[in-house]
Amino acid sequence: MNPLGLYAPGTSPLHRTPAGPKLLGLMVFVTVVVIIGTVPWLAGACGVAALGYLVARPPWTRVWQVLRLLIVLAVLVGGLQLWLVGLEPALVTVLRLVAALAAANLFTLTTRIDAVVAAVEHGLGPLRRFGVRPEQLGLLVGLTVQAVGTLAAIAGSVREAAVARGAGRSPTAFAVPFVVRTLRHADELGEALAARGIGDAANDAANDAAGDSGDTGDTDGPADHRAPGAAR
Amino acid sequence: MITYESVGHRYDDRTVLDDVTLALPEHRVGLVGANGSGKSTLARMVNGLVRPTSGRVLVDGLDPTEQGAAVRRRVGFVFTNPDSQIVMPTAGEDVAFSLRRTVRNRADRAARAAEVLAAHGLEGYADHPAHQLSGGQKQLLALCGMLALDPDVLVCDEPTTLLDLRNTRRFAEILRGLRQQVLVVTHDLDLLADFDRVVVLDGGKVVADDAPAPAIRHYRDLVA
Repeated sequence: MNPLGLYAPGTSPLHRTPAGPKLLGLMVFVTVVVIIGTVPWLAGACGVAALGYLVARPPWTRVWQVLRLLIVLAVLVGGLQLWLVGLEPALVTVLRLVAALAAANLFTLTTRIDAVVAAVEHGLGPLRRFGVRPEQLGLLVGLTVQAVGTLAAIAGSVREAAVARGAGRSPTAFAVPFVVRTLRHADELGEALAARGIGDAANDAANDAAGDSGDTGDTDGPADHRAPGAAR
Repeated sequence: MITYESVGHRYDDRTVLDDVTLALPEHRVGLVGANGSGKSTLARMVNGLVRPTSGRVLVDGLDPTEQGAAVRRRVGFVFTNPDSQIVMPTAGEDVAFSLRRTVRNRADRAARAAEVLAAHGLEGYADHPAHQLSGGQKQLLALCGMLALDPDVLVCDEPTTLLDLRNTRRFAEILRGLRQQVLVVTHDLDLLADFDRVVVLDGGKVVADDAPAPAIRHYRDLVA
């Protein structure tokens, strides 16, 4: 299972907030959490994140997954910090970590990747004139999130195969097939994206942007003639 | 209409395809042959994933090497492994991803994606995590991702290799009902029984080109 969790469908106000403002809100929240360094304020930030979960009401199993991860992390990091630098700095670090991760996970739980990709594309739209391709960056965000789950799945099956051959502890028995399968997955993914016209779309957009200095929002070009939804 | 005009392909000094000339106007065409016979390479040339080193391929008169984008808008491609074709976390998002150039409005896109899913046996799965679908459902999802683009041609490279019997039949059933021209590379000879034409490749050459029954008989003799 993907440790980052994924979208959990729902109808709460957090689900209904558009992805763009929500992403911006998350960025502000995390920035504030990094800047402030006092225990009460950070505890407050954790409270805000917890409140978010109460509003969004994701399934308990999903919340428990995150909570478990956060507890393990808090104990490990907190313990180390306590031993190295003392109680207060340890608390600050742990609370900061918990608040930021909890908020980020809440974002993942309540936002479709599709919407995140669209928001990133929309937000970066004005940079098009400087040669930035928002579609490419949006896709990059989507694929990055997906890659976490994919790599975890590959690691899981490679580990099983190694155990089945009695090589459960050998680092090479894990590393070699893991790298090979990851590269192979990358190849197949590349082919599948090309077949779905992804590289083409970027070229179309670039051509259109070059040929049409006016409305850069419409980059469909010839694709319009073949739009299955064009009839609507 | 897919046309191969004396198409050859070689990696260094290994010849994968040797002077293949074919005109494929039929609605449903199968490609069979041993591993390494060149059938996947032949199929990949249809949307420009692989370019011929000699000769040329034409899809409705367009050359995938020169007009790749235009050809890929006409040609959908389903691969063997659905895991590498699904790029978004939920089934609905993945189909919507195919539509993001053609349907601007996000709500329309989601609705259209749900329609496509429902039309191909995945009704109600729009919000379902894509990687928790069964193998058969994932391949259906990969197919939906392509059909959402409403291509004229659908190329499938061993689409049923990872599927069980039930899902293989279901996939075949869906292929049967498509308006698209279908070109299927497969080792599953039953899948081709009611096709219009089957081409058998061996060592990069066409060795049989006939109705399914005689073509498959030739392929079996080749192996025997």
